Amino acid sequence: MAEIVLRQVQKSYSKDVRVIHGVNVTIADGEFIVIVGPSGCGKSTLLRMIAGLETVTAGEIAVGGRVVNHVEPKDRNIAMVFQNYALYPHMTVYENMSYGLRIRRVPPAQIRERVQRAARILELGPFLQRRPRELSGGQRQRVAMGRAIVREPAAFLFDEPLSNLDAKLRVQMRLEIQKLHRSLKTTSIFVTHDQVEAMTLADRMIVMNAGVVEQVGRPIEVYDKPASVFVAGFIGSPAMNFLPGRRTGNEVDLGGVRVPMPAALAQAAGDAVMVGIRPEHLQAEGAGPRFAFSVETVEALGADSLVHGRVGEGLISARVDGHATPQVGAALSFRAIPERLHFFDAATGKRLAA
Amino acid sequence: MEKRVVFRSAWLPYVLVAPQIAITVIFFFWPAAQAVYYAFLVQDPFGQSSTFVWFQNFRELFHDSTYLESFKVTALFSVIVAGVGIASSLLLAVMAERVVRGAVFYKTLLIWPYAVAPAVAGVLWAFLFAPSIGIVAYWLRRMGVNWNWNVNGDQALLLVIIAATWKQISYNVLFFIAGLQSIPRSLLEAAAIDGASPLRRFWTIVFPLLSPTTFFLLVINIVYAFFDTFGVIDATTQGGPAQSTQILVYKVYFDGVKAADLGGSAAQSVVLMIIVISLTVVQFRFVEKKVQY
Amino acid sequence: MVENRPFATFVAHAILILGVAIVAFPLYVTFVASTLTYDQIVTVPMPLIPGDQLIDNYAKVLGSGSEKGSHAAVLPMLVNSFVMAMGVALGKIAISIISAFAIVYFRFPLRNFFFWMIFVTLMLPIEVRIIPTFKVASDLHLLNSYAGLILPLIASATATFLFRQFYLTVPDELAEAARMDGAGPLRFFWDVLLPLSKTNIAALFVILFILGWNQYLWPLLITSDESMYTVVIGIKRMFAGGDATSEWNLIMATAMLALLPPALVVVLMQKWFVKGLVETEK
Repeated sequence: MAEIVLRQVQKSYSKDVRVIHGVNVTIADGEFIVIVGPSGCGKSTLLRMIAGLETVTAGEIAVGGRVVNHVEPKDRNIAMVFQNYALYPHMTVYENMSYGLRIRRVPPAQIRERVQRAARILELGPFLQRRPRELSGGQRQRVAMGRAIVREPAAFLFDEPLSNLDAKLRVQMRLEIQKLHRSLKTTSIFVTHDQVEAMTLADRMIVMNAGVVEQVGRPIEVYDKPASVFVAGFIGSPAMNFLPGRRTGNEVDLGGVRVPMPAALAQAAGDAVMVGIRPEHLQAEGAGPRFAFSVETVEALGADSLVHGRVGEGLISARVDGHATPQVGAALSFRAIPERLHFFDAATGKRLAA
Repeated sequence: MEKRVVFRSAWLPYVLVAPQIAITVIFFFWPAAQAVYYAFLVQDPFGQSSTFVWFQNFRELFHDSTYLESFKVTALFSVIVAGVGIASSLLLAVMAERVVRGAVFYKTLLIWPYAVAPAVAGVLWAFLFAPSIGIVAYWLRRMGVNWNWNVNGDQALLLVIIAATWKQISYNVLFFIAGLQSIPRSLLEAAAIDGASPLRRFWTIVFPLLSPTTFFLLVINIVYAFFDTFGVIDATTQGGPAQSTQILVYKVYFDGVKAADLGGSAAQSVVLMIIVISLTVVQFRFVEKKVQY
Repeated sequence: MVENRPFATFVAHAILILGVAIVAFPLYVTFVASTLTYDQIVTVPMPLIPGDQLIDNYAKVLGSGSEKGSHAAVLPMLVNSFVMAMGVALGKIAISIISAFAIVYFRFPLRNFFFWMIFVTLMLPIEVRIIPTFKVASDLHLLNSYAGLILPLIASATATFLFRQFYLTVPDELAEAARMDGAGPLRFFWDVLLPLSKTNIAALFVILFILGWNQYLWPLLITSDESMYTVVIGIKRMFAGGDATSEWNLIMATAMLALLPPALVVVLMQKWFVKGLVETEK
């Protein structure tokens, strides 16, 4: 079975420099899990630890029930797709894809069969005798994936594989990766800094920040109930609005606007509360709290426009129809959908829970 | 610079470096150490025993007029070879970069002398300048010059200078061309628009930007003149006539092999070692600082 | 240049032609001399057009050497030079490429120590330690042997540095991908690193071959037996000393033979030669 379990995994480079703090995740067999976070958050390091390219300072990593902390990468039965493709420049596509199998002394007939099958899936058939330098970026990335596929491993590890491609190609490759996962059903761990990739590809997401796992969950869960200010601001585009305020009783005063809080949350909260509301959840009419501001900037995106203004001490953006064209200086008023309001403890950044 | 990725093995790296380390220890460190050691000894005439004499060999060396003379000859020799070599190569390289047609042709023809061994270069020029039969010697005599380098020390020095410089031109030209090609054309075009003439552009832009290359070649040429020209000297003048072409490295050889003065020769080796190490250190420090990659 | 100045271009060509002429002149005269008889040379001025003794002189020189001075036939000397040059080039490349691999791709105690040890060899050319080196070679019974000719010359580190520089530019991910594919260090070296090093090896080979062929001081010391002479030494030994008494036509023929192989290598492999020179001196 290709279940991957991370138990209290930590990484430190020296006594004082700890880059990964206690990660605990169980990745189910066949799951497509995405590790997402900003640059430097440790997601690539975590992936490389699973691969065996970095050592584990503390904790355990188990693949298919077997603890692999001290097992060589080649013996962990996993395959990796690198950001820069890492194709052997002097070998043909066929040789690149078959290299791992040749080392393992797989019989040539079987090698041929596996390579051709992968080539069919990835539409690389015409390129098998070419060298990497003769291929485009997208083709090279597919060869890198082909190299992983022929190994028929227990899990695929993807290290920001789409970051080097241009925007259009990235969208195309995203769909291809989805298709691939549907047909092969291999456990996959995908690292990216792009939250759109994370949302579209993941069965579940691991959101990381500064070496700490902030939240693990399905995309819609992370979108609906972000566990912290960081996750809330990182996931979802355009980004969530954050308005700082003081809580008195069951209300939060944002400096001009009073937002009611559910009693259960108010009990758990301190005095400083951060209120979050996504731009798309501010509507023209409704029963929720009213946000009024004068327009400072307008961003026209075609189907929608984003209007920006100020409420209390915070900046706020709202989404309006692209043809509404409000002017700078216009006074607008929105109603927040009450169920879509998020409350965070301003000191810890964590979501307030009953 | 370090690599992020390394292999782990307890024994393999040692096996891989072993051949080179072995050769280095046996044929470099051990002889070098011995050279230093011998410099502090004096061997008795029959080579039976040796006595430790501290710096006596060195003191004798610096009081020996032939040694000091050798120093002077070497200094003169290397300065002229380096100076003339660099100047003429720079000129040729600039001209070669300038012409559009035939550039490859010229470059190929200018580069091939690198293949000629210094000793062979010496023989070729000795032939041209041979007092009785050399063709250049003939023209010199026709012009009234009394040419006989077998007898005239200055002329012998001139001969080896010419042979040594000739051989080194191709090397210098190659590096100057590489250096010239790395100067962005846009700089020169901007200067031209600003009104600078070609000559001015050369002195105010090209030459300063070329200075790392020039400095590098200066050190290389001096080291070349000190050591690699041994072949030139031995094949032609053997340090003569009357030690007028006896450069330091030649004297090391002569005293050690022909005159069997091991202590003195070793002391000279040590002095040369110090000189070349200083040159290398200077080059590394200076060039590494100034060169932009 | 930037502007189009016909006169300056003309001057440039003139200077270049003059330069090439000066550079080529000795070669031309040598070639002509190698095709004349002894008497033709000795009668000044020597003719400047090739004579008719080409086959004669070269055959004599290859077969039986000159009559005055050294008697050694040149053909065996050419063989010696070739063996030595190949030995130095291949030997140096072989030990350096694996050393550089070890130093770059492994962490082990003494790594830095070995690195500096090898680095130090760049500082002292062989001429400075020539006599003790001779003694060591003699003690090891290497006199008058190919091993003696070759081994002491492969001690310096230029090749190691070149390979080290090159390996540092090879992307880390290539080694990681190979590791994930299951390749151990030696396999990685053989299947991936070595093929990628091909141009560097070619460039180094050209430089080292020429260096080995043109060696003078060391072969001079270590070979006393005529059968082991290299062609560069052979020329010097042909000099009976002085000037008129040497057999100039044969000496010149030998000189041509001595410089032809390296010159051919330079001209035919110019691209690699240039790359090799520039890379080794950085």
